[in-house]
Amino acid sequence: MSVAAAIFITAGLFFFLVGVIGVLRLPDFYTRLHAAGKCDSLAAELVIVGVALYVLQDFNLGNTLVGMKILLIAVFVFIASPTATHALTKAALVAGVEPWKKGEKKS
Amino acid sequence: MKLLQERTAKLKLGESLIIQTAVRIMVPFIQLFGLYVIVHGHYSPGGGFQGGVILGASFVALALAFDQKFSMQLMSERVNGVLGNLGALIFVGTAVLCALFGGLFLDYSALDKLIPLGPIGWRSFGIFIIEVGVGLAVMSIMVSLFWDIGSNGEMDEGL
Repeated sequence: MSVAAAIFITAGLFFFLVGVIGVLRLPDFYTRLHAAGKCDSLAAELVIVGVALYVLQDFNLGNTLVGMKILLIAVFVFIASPTATHALTKAALVAGVEPWKKGEKKS
Repeated sequence: MKLLQERTAKLKLGESLIIQTAVRIMVPFIQLFGLYVIVHGHYSPGGGFQGGVILGASFVALALAFDQKFSMQLMSERVNGVLGNLGALIFVGTAVLCALFGGLFLDYSALDKLIPLGPIGWRSFGIFIIEVGVGLAVMSIMVSLFWDIGSNGEMDEGL
């Protein structure tokens, strides 16, 4: 169980790393938001599931309650963070942020 | 890009369908979690203020995703004011009741003379009453602050 938890958390940290590199390197707002959305949804989910598995190692009532709460957080993040990314993109579109085109300078 | 901007500007009620649906799904759970934070305030992190802010944030999310009118239909201004004043009354009333029964201000163990639960039981239960009062007051103030500032004091359209 603890090995599985370690694998999940490591995978989540890998996606966080990729997302951070994307936020730093990509050229404009929309592409950076694309990278940040990966951090928010996939990486956070993997880390949360890993932590839940780690808590459920020795199985009793208290730990099960804590694990269920952590999984509920996972469900909540899974609904909320793509919506937040969508709202940010839409707000930028309404405010008139131009997408980056090939050959332009990084903003 | 132009077309998308125009279509968004034409949309009457609040934000896009995705945001509205997500808010619709999440608001009941946010409110349940707010109640949980208020009720569990004396065992775990949280308490009246934090739970009240979470409860108020659920109404702010409704007002942002839909319209201010929609959130004012769900909880009218009058009910909001009554709830806020009731919260402050619960707080101060409990504290003054403690003083009237011979203890200090906010000394819950004095309420033992009213209902015999034992001084330790009253210390635990009294903080629960206080948390409920604080939660109600904070929720009401958060919501009414957002309504007032978001609509420039007009209480009609909102952001």
